[in-house]
Amino acid sequence: MRLHRVAVAAVSLAGSVVLAVPALAQKPGGTLRIYHRDMPPSASILEEATISTNMPFMAVYNNLVMFDPKEKINSIDKIEPDLATSWSWDDGKTKLTMKLREGVKWHDGKPFTAKDVVCTWDKLTAEESDKGDRLRKNPRRVWWQNLKDVTANGNYEVTFQLNRPQPSFLALLAAGYTPVYPCHVSARDMRTKPIGTGPFKFVEMKRNESIRLVKNPDYWKKGHPYLDAIEWRIIPNRSTRILAFVAGEFDLTFDSDVTFPLLKDVKAQAPNAVCEARPTNVNTNLIVNRDAAPFDNPKIREAMMLALDRKAFSDILSQGHDKLGASMLPAPEGVWAMPEDMLKELPGFGDVAKNRAEARKIMEGLGYSADKPLKIKVATRNIAVYRDPAAILIDQLKQIYIEGELEPVDTPLWHAKVARKDYMVGLNLTGLGVDDPDVNFYENFTCKSERNYTGYCNPDVEKMINAQSGELDKEKRKKMVWEVERKLAEDGARPVIVHNVANTCWQPHMKGLVLQHNSIYNNWRFDDVWLDK
Amino acid sequence: MAAYLVHRTFLMILTLFGMSVLIFVLLRVVPGNISDILFDSAGFVNPAEKARIEQELGLDQPIITQYWRWISDLAQGNLGYAYVTERPAAEEIAPRIPVTVKLAVLALIFSVIFGVPLGVISAVRQNTPLDYFLRVLSLSGLSLPSFWLALLILMAFVHYLGFIPIYTDPPDSFWKEIGLLSVPAAAVGFRSSALIMRLTRSSMLEVLRQDYIRTARSKGASPGTVNYDHALRNAVLPVVTIIGIEAAFLIGGLIVTETVFNIPGVARFLVEAAIWRDYPIVQNLVMFIAIVVVFANFAVDMAYMLLDPRIKYAD
Repeated sequence: MRLHRVAVAAVSLAGSVVLAVPALAQKPGGTLRIYHRDMPPSASILEEATISTNMPFMAVYNNLVMFDPKEKINSIDKIEPDLATSWSWDDGKTKLTMKLREGVKWHDGKPFTAKDVVCTWDKLTAEESDKGDRLRKNPRRVWWQNLKDVTANGNYEVTFQLNRPQPSFLALLAAGYTPVYPCHVSARDMRTKPIGTGPFKFVEMKRNESIRLVKNPDYWKKGHPYLDAIEWRIIPNRSTRILAFVAGEFDLTFDSDVTFPLLKDVKAQAPNAVCEARPTNVNTNLIVNRDAAPFDNPKIREAMMLALDRKAFSDILSQGHDKLGASMLPAPEGVWAMPEDMLKELPGFGDVAKNRAEARKIMEGLGYSADKPLKIKVATRNIAVYRDPAAILIDQLKQIYIEGELEPVDTPLWHAKVARKDYMVGLNLTGLGVDDPDVNFYENFTCKSERNYTGYCNPDVEKMINAQSGELDKEKRKKMVWEVERKLAEDGARPVIVHNVANTCWQPHMKGLVLQHNSIYNNWRFDDVWLDK
Repeated sequence: MAAYLVHRTFLMILTLFGMSVLIFVLLRVVPGNISDILFDSAGFVNPAEKARIEQELGLDQPIITQYWRWISDLAQGNLGYAYVTERPAAEEIAPRIPVTVKLAVLALIFSVIFGVPLGVISAVRQNTPLDYFLRVLSLSGLSLPSFWLALLILMAFVHYLGFIPIYTDPPDSFWKEIGLLSVPAAAVGFRSSALIMRLTRSSMLEVLRQDYIRTARSKGASPGTVNYDHALRNAVLPVVTIIGIEAAFLIGGLIVTETVFNIPGVARFLVEAAIWRDYPIVQNLVMFIAIVVVFANFAVDMAYMLLDPRIKYAD
């Protein structure tokens, strides 16, 4: 009898599996329609530092390795082969040797070889004096400062030689920002007509109108991609594009484009839409030019840091969904998150009323008062996601006798302005390509980095940054990272106000997309995405 | 007449010269230039590439040399190079002009075919409920900001009809395109039609009180003949002037409308190019718009002669 039951159960299970297969099978074909919020500056991921380029063009390229696309959290422990099929470190952890996939072709039919990998990193590490076809811009050059050399061992093996051990190096290779470029295509063509090995081929990019990619029939990953094409329509007006999504014109919104107040509208008008809220690993932060008087006085910077009411920012901007944390992304999504009890002890994170009273005392000591406020300009990018927190910042600074005036700056001028340090106080957003302290610390807090907009430079902290970067024991490294973060907070290096959380929505017939919860810059390959219609 | 034409043409050339200087200087007064912007994102930039672009744009030359170079290139039909997309500027501008022209013409047609007859009706039915309704309608046309009206229209379409009349796919036929553009044309033409309606009404009321209208009526002319043949023909002169001015002003309204309806036209493109300080695109597009405006005014002056034979220009 018991055997009979088992047999029946087994048959039922087998039957249900058989029946379930057609329902689960991915349907090939169809065009995925996505709206884009603005015109990407170019199609060259290596030259840009924006999701506007990264999201539409990642599907054209491949990396050497990638974060596991099925996992929501990018982690160094979950890295998968891409163009590299396997890899190994030498005993000293300074030599990374990778075996490359054979038989892969670029979209123009030429074969992919180790020479292309060498060329890519030659471009990424080029010096000013180097000749030849160079990148016009190289915003992440600082990522590769520990890379000594890249050599090809025949056609299908490469070795990365590092100056010292760097456990994050593999994660940097897995970033969406690190595709491999073909040697035979110029940097100029990569900006306008990119050639990759990825699942989709570039067809055209019409300025301010559209981007079109089509399926790469020779893609090395057999059976992928499922889609025939991806069409991006550029719709700069947010109300229009959200209405267009609600009307069913698009299968997917631009990443993190749906704010929490907008989410209510979307859900009311398109109740079947699937929306996922997630941290973007983009943080809103206060930047203060330490070279411009009176902000060269650390006391004023300290007072400004103490004036911040982070919870108010979160409540106003995202109905309380934004996360509070130190420099790295908070838990549970953040791999390097500082523990809660440690966070509470950081300057500016305790009782707001008490902090502000202390800040006012500092300002009064410097000769400022309600009748004699410090008048400043608060520069920010002229888009809502920057302007809104800047307005709140101005309001909060009033509490400590600082009278701010908003200075909106056109998007294309913003980075140049702050990089030149042509500002006093600013409200900035900083996105991390990889949830790793090396990316954050080297880009934003080291003396020579051009993206260190505040001019913060502390040789002791730099030593600590280098030490954590070389630490192979993850738990030990975490503690070192928190120590760096504590020191950065004490120095008011670039106070993080909130870690942003936003929504991405799609129509229920779109399947197979896994959003990454600790970086918006990864997993936009779309090779597992399919349309159930 | 010939002397007037020569005088008018000379004035046109002078105006265009003044415009070209203004456009050129203003673009260089605003902070930031294309080479800074192209290399903006911090990180390691390629200085040789930056120097090459500055040289190509003539940014290393005195401003007068730069101006002369632009004007002589323009005269030869060379619109330069769009550095943002790395394509010739002419290739970027050319496909957008017909889209905006179609939209502007449709909007103008909309404003005239609604504005003039409704203005006449409002004047003829003065102080009746219909007149009050039309006056409120025209007042709301003047008061509603274009972007708000455009968004209301989009919301209504999505809510009641389940689709959105925006330019997501290029239409595959002329009539489909006209159909698609008619909704934004109505949105942008609503304000112009309100203005035309009010002006037609006041002009008609003035004419309808003239003696010759009374005479026409006493001779037994039908109301239609009186209103349209006698009154409207004389009342239409100021309306033509305003139509000419509105044709020029439409471009301002189109910036918002093209943005909200996502139309790949010149107006939206111009704003984006200005933000990027894409000199070749902005200079040439603004110059193009200036030429259109100057010619529209010229056409209005010429239309005066046709509409009112009493108007003579001294030889």
